[in-house]
Amino acid sequence: MAIPISYNIRNLKLRKGLTIMTALGIALTVTTAVFLMALLAGLKKAFMASGDPINVLVMRKGSTAELSGGFDANLFPTLRTLPGIAKDAQGDPIASGEWVVVVVLPRKDGTGEVNVSVRGLMPAGLTLRPNAKLVEGRWFTPGQREIVVGNSIHKRFSGANVGDTMDFAKGQWKVVGVFDSGGTAYDSELWGDVNQVAADFDRQGGFASAYLRATDPVAADALKHRVSDDQRLKLEGTLETEYYEKQTSSGGPIKFIGTFVAIIMAIGSSFAAMNTMYAAVAYRSKEIATLRIIGFSRPSILTSFVIEALLLSLLGAIVGIVLILPFNGMSTGIGNQLTFSETVFSLHLTWGVALAAVIFAMIMGLLGGFAPAWHAARQDILTSLRA
Amino acid sequence: MTLTRFVTKSAFRNKRRSLLTVLSITFSLLLLTLMMTIWHSFYLDKGSTQSALRLITRHRVSLTESMPIYYREKMRTVPGVVAVAPTQWFGGLYKDDKPENFFAQFGTDPAEIFNVVKDFKIPDDQLAAWQRDQAGCVVDSELAKKYGWKIGDRIVVKGTIFPVDLELTIRGIFTAPQPTITVYFNYKYVEEAVPFAKGHAGTFNILADSPEDVPKIAAAIDAMFHNSPEPTKTETEKAFQLGFINSLGNVKAFILSICFAVVFATLLVSANTMAMSIRERTREVAVLKTLGFTRQSILGLYVSESITVALVGGVLGCLLAIGLVSAMAKAPGMGFFFLGMQVTIPTFLLAIFVAGMVGFLSAILPAYHAAKLSIVEGLRHIG
Repeated sequence: MAIPISYNIRNLKLRKGLTIMTALGIALTVTTAVFLMALLAGLKKAFMASGDPINVLVMRKGSTAELSGGFDANLFPTLRTLPGIAKDAQGDPIASGEWVVVVVLPRKDGTGEVNVSVRGLMPAGLTLRPNAKLVEGRWFTPGQREIVVGNSIHKRFSGANVGDTMDFAKGQWKVVGVFDSGGTAYDSELWGDVNQVAADFDRQGGFASAYLRATDPVAADALKHRVSDDQRLKLEGTLETEYYEKQTSSGGPIKFIGTFVAIIMAIGSSFAAMNTMYAAVAYRSKEIATLRIIGFSRPSILTSFVIEALLLSLLGAIVGIVLILPFNGMSTGIGNQLTFSETVFSLHLTWGVALAAVIFAMIMGLLGGFAPAWHAARQDILTSLRA
Repeated sequence: MTLTRFVTKSAFRNKRRSLLTVLSITFSLLLLTLMMTIWHSFYLDKGSTQSALRLITRHRVSLTESMPIYYREKMRTVPGVVAVAPTQWFGGLYKDDKPENFFAQFGTDPAEIFNVVKDFKIPDDQLAAWQRDQAGCVVDSELAKKYGWKIGDRIVVKGTIFPVDLELTIRGIFTAPQPTITVYFNYKYVEEAVPFAKGHAGTFNILADSPEDVPKIAAAIDAMFHNSPEPTKTETEKAFQLGFINSLGNVKAFILSICFAVVFATLLVSANTMAMSIRERTREVAVLKTLGFTRQSILGLYVSESITVALVGGVLGCLLAIGLVSAMAKAPGMGFFFLGMQVTIPTFLLAIFVAGMVGFLSAILPAYHAAKLSIVEGLRHIG
């Protein structure tokens, strides 16, 4: 017969101080783990949402990022006339030749300088990114030294408001608008006219990349292969979604350090939980012996104490998750290894992260609780009663 | 029985509990020491005296823009400049794109690079052999060890930024004071294969005459190119490296919050143990008092008991951290961040001090209650 769970709950309540302290210890470990997992979830969200499944990104063969591309401008007309590209209202193919360059901007809070991507695009580049919506001002005019800033840039850097001027490359650029693409990587970019950007950075006569908008996902896949297979072009097509998926690897260092920190803290917390549970068993040795005499079996005692340890760690997990709630949505920047510039993303507490945290805490509880529970179940009845 | 013996005896009277507490503190302190070491090496370490003499010039706009190669001759005219070598990040792939096969490849001038990085040692005949072979390269000794490279071996590096694959013959192996995971090759190789690379350099490495000259040189170089189409930014080698770390995000806040969480968690664990242990001995306290021990001495006994446990955990944690850091500093594939890192004596002492403080703070409250206890009540207390 199983011992009712209410017995365990009452026991945890009885020794409040011990329970709270142990649970808090577990909670701190959970908080650290949740924080890191939420960071990674937010990063993934920013990159996953950036790609559009019907956009095909074209770069020089062998280059891994838009920054390291560069192909001759003569190839662009060929690309534009490939079959499968969607047409705009005027009947022109939606294709944009682009440049991505990196500039250094000072942070608003004065904590140094940050690399930021500047993207030069053709008007069609705006059409093929329908997620990017203007929230203030207007889009740039081709041929002018005008720039539109992403929302994250607008928030994090000084001088990134409509009407301000920014100083980079060969002179001053006027900020004419702010756009928002829903927390994607584009929000960490500055957008301007492609010819103007190319001229300012001495990159005329070519493009770093080209974006082609296909009519549908099937056409996108066909387009991608057509570009890559054409021997004359020496170019490579990737789906925009695939390209951004690769960039989530920027979270590599966080993932590595995070896992490492979480595991070490978890080991420490397991020992602490073990201590608490051993004490719980020691205090109740007479009680346990009594339970055995009444007829509760060894397995049911074992189960009962393991459940008590799990309850303790569950409490820790809940406190740990609650502690992180105020930080949910907080945004931070990370250096992107592919684009050499900062991408802003926010802490994203998902149900998946919360569930992982609970499981993580339960494992700690189990590691800490099993040995003491085993000890309790193996106790000799007579010796315990006499103690 | 001396007082010290009394303290150590009671600290480990419940062996299992003390062991678990010690282990818990050990792991926390391991993490704390690790974090402090990273902090120290990023923000406090000024680098070796040789490194402090080196400056790096990059394009003002960003690292991804390059500068005309003729800047080099102009830089030589700045007073205090001893040597200047251009370096161009190649960013190629060796074997595959797995992070463990990542290492740096720099195109540079074989005639001058080792005059700038003076603390990198290479045999003269190997250097001469490299200078004669335009398709040759020199490799870091640790890197050579990792891949089992020998002089005369050929390595192929696939270009990503530049549309050319390098086929290099190893002409020399250099030893740096710290592992650098770097391969140097002749920048002419890329220049001749890739038209757009011609006459450009990504960065210039400069050696200054004396530490006092360093800030003056940085200012003079930046002023020299201030109004040119390609303005520069010159900073010390250390500041340049710190720029990469800062690009990872708010590392400082990250490390600090982990340290805070760890210390607090340790405090909880230790306080928990002391509370349990002292409560079990309520009767013992009463007996001690009857024997004539004053409140102060009882307080002192329990506090030192807790400090003893915490210190044992602290020392163990620090020792583990020292082992771990030295293993990570040597492990290839960990990238640049842990290269040459080590636990310094001040870091070690600080970690031990923190452990001691945790022991002290965690015992104060329960020990105070025990010391206050009246004898009669204590003797009447049932376990």
